[in-house]
Amino acid sequence: MNYHRPTSFEQASTIAGASDGTIRFLAGGTDVLVQLRADILTPDDLIDIKHIPGVKDISRTDDGGWRLGVAVSGAEMTEHAELSAEWPGLVEGMDLIGSTQVQGRATLAGNLCNGSPAADSVPGMIAAGCTATVTGPNGSREVPVEEIPTGPGKTVLAKGELISAITIPARGANGGDAYLRFIPRTEMDIAVVGCAVNLRLDGDTIAQARVALGAVAPTARLVAECADAIIGTTLDDATLDGLAHAASAACSPIDDKRGTIEFRTHVAGVLAKRAAKIAYDRAKGASA
Amino acid sequence: MSKQHITATVNGDEVEFLCDTRETLLDCLRDHAGIMGVKEGCGTGDCGACSVTLDGRLVCSCLVLGVEADGAEIGTVEGIAEGEKLHPLQRKFIEHAALQCGICTPGILVAAKNLLEKNPDPTETEIRYWLAGNLCRCTGYDKIVRAVMDAAAEMREAS
Ligand code: FES
Ligand code: FES
Repeated sequence: MNYHRPTSFEQASTIAGASDGTIRFLAGGTDVLVQLRADILTPDDLIDIKHIPGVKDISRTDDGGWRLGVAVSGAEMTEHAELSAEWPGLVEGMDLIGSTQVQGRATLAGNLCNGSPAADSVPGMIAAGCTATVTGPNGSREVPVEEIPTGPGKTVLAKGELISAITIPARGANGGDAYLRFIPRTEMDIAVVGCAVNLRLDGDTIAQARVALGAVAPTARLVAECADAIIGTTLDDATLDGLAHAASAACSPIDDKRGTIEFRTHVAGVLAKRAAKIAYDRAKGASA
Repeated sequence: MSKQHITATVNGDEVEFLCDTRETLLDCLRDHAGIMGVKEGCGTGDCGACSVTLDGRLVCSCLVLGVEADGAEIGTVEGIAEGEKLHPLQRKFIEHAALQCGICTPGILVAAKNLLEKNPDPTETEIRYWLAGNLCRCTGYDKIVRAVMDAAAEMREAS
């Protein structure tokens, strides 16, 4: 295994493009190293991207959003008071992943590229409207986060391409987000169902919304029907039932030891209701 | 690829070793640097026995490659006592009998010390969540949590 330490994304892309074996990019390593240890995958070329300038930065974009470097760890996000206050749902989703030790290394971009349908940080990013900057041999482009995963363990990234930053849009006024997941224990487990809701109010009425579901389909999903169910409402009981119905209807989960199809489909609706209420309260000014 | 030459600071002392690119920091500390306080339980990031600080951050050394540690500052259980003088956490672990076989203890001490540096007055719940990635098959955790709370109280009084 060759270990590379590029100092620019262009260089990282060139190394990856030139390799004729398996390659992996190394940020936090919490998935890559487990695969290496378990002999599931030993890359021929391992490209450590932590020495590229800016990868540890959390900075404001010109329009009032955030740009997160690809090596920013979950712990660094949670410790960032302003980011956590603006995007509590997104930050909580990341914070739910693994132990304190894993939080010290794990990253948003890594969670996204690992391609697990149950990745806890991904629904929150999708609901927030985050984009990933994809850098490759032909330069860089912005890709909505929901378009990155294409199936379990698979992404749209072509040979020589990697994510070089994650951008969160401006929070703006009267907005709130929330992420909830179901696991059979209190900590340190993989989501059986996850749901993120992000919305903006005009007075008491929901003016804009994005709802994303995790672990109920081959990839985390943006569900337009859920957003449509709550836009223009004040989230009354009938609306919440409609939201739950739309969420359950969007599920095409697997049956496994952690949850049956029936259970996952039902719980998706329950979590969508609860997450929507939290996001709504936050948009009204409740602090996280 | 040939072995890589790594220089790191471990508990304040400069340490050099040669490592294969596939070796973890855990393997490097134990096999090349003689730091035997880091323990291997699972080797896949689940048990916390291999906990160290890497540039001040608590991590599992089994999920870090040795080559990544070049130029880094690493803290292990060996750096917790001052010479013969035990750290309050170490004393309280003995007083509360917060260990039996002891394999989890170095990792838990490193993790608990890292918590108290960030939060000198944690609640019981905060301690339990912080240490959720440190598994112990012997004690049932209560004694560990009480030892950490007691050490924290003593350290607050002393400061
Ligand atoms: S040996 Fe590293 S977490 Fe178990
Ligand atoms: S004392 Fe034996 S595992 Fe904790």
